[in-house]
Amino acid sequence: MSDAQNDAGSHPLSYRFLAGIWAALLALTALTISVARVDLGFFNVVVALGIASLKSALVIFFFMHLKYENRTIKTMVLVAFVVLAICIGLTFSDVGFRR
Amino acid sequence: MTEHRDYAGGKLGMWLFLFTEILLFGGLFLLYAAYLHRYPADFNAGGKQLDVVLGAANTVILITSSFTVAASITALRLGETTRCLWLLAATVALALGFLVNKFFEWSAKFGHGIYPGSEHLMRLPPGENLFFGLYYAMTGLHGLHVLIGATLLTVTAALVRRGRVTQGNFGLLENAGLYWHLVDLVWIFLFPLFYLIA
Repeated sequence: MSDAQNDAGSHPLSYRFLAGIWAALLALTALTISVARVDLGFFNVVVALGIASLKSALVIFFFMHLKYENRTIKTMVLVAFVVLAICIGLTFSDVGFRR
Repeated sequence: MTEHRDYAGGKLGMWLFLFTEILLFGGLFLLYAAYLHRYPADFNAGGKQLDVVLGAANTVILITSSFTVAASITALRLGETTRCLWLLAATVALALGFLVNKFFEWSAKFGHGIYPGSEHLMRLPPGENLFFGLYYAMTGLHGLHVLIGATLLTVTAALVRRGRVTQGNFGLLENAGLYWHLVDLVWIFLFPLFYLIA
């Protein structure tokens, strides 16, 4: 058995499972388009970003295999997104409340 | 002499590179958010001029290509090399389809006098001008990533064909796939921000 197979750990994801994720992503795309036609004011932004975050979670955890990676990579991804969230949070603590 | 490979290190390095990409696009999204906050009405007027059907078509194209590239990794690991190559060919074809759509979309906008630095844009309210500036900068940078990703996947497919990337040595295909999924991720946010909510 080669190193690669040892390191890869888990079995490859089945076609059926990947197709399920694909179908879910298409369904969420249809959902976000139909919700955008309803005027919810500010909540349009919240709903659209919420659905987009859900879609990215599906891509990151399953298509990008993160769910099956070791703790090092999982922690690194978490840190990267926390850094991004801090940047966005700090910017809006200024932009959002400036008079 | 045996060839030395570091599968885990390669994957770690790819993720590190992806973080720089996430922060690069993250900075642009932040800029977009700050100006959306300042000019909501102008951004709304700008967003209404974008073609939701073309944007939605490109979303479906990228999501499908993300699926085909993920499936190509499964195919290679199961030893189904021919199927892997077909799935990679489909991914590259979808990437080109995305760029063709983008070409028609941008051409139509140019035809209406909406392009960076155009006189028409200069006469629009400042927020709308900013909206289209960000639209071209962000979808342009994303389009460049689509082109790079498609090239990377083509090179990888050639290496699979020559037996250099194989069932036991699939690291390169996995990393190329990670890059392609990132391209999809960025579009997952670009689409609602520009075409739906603005």
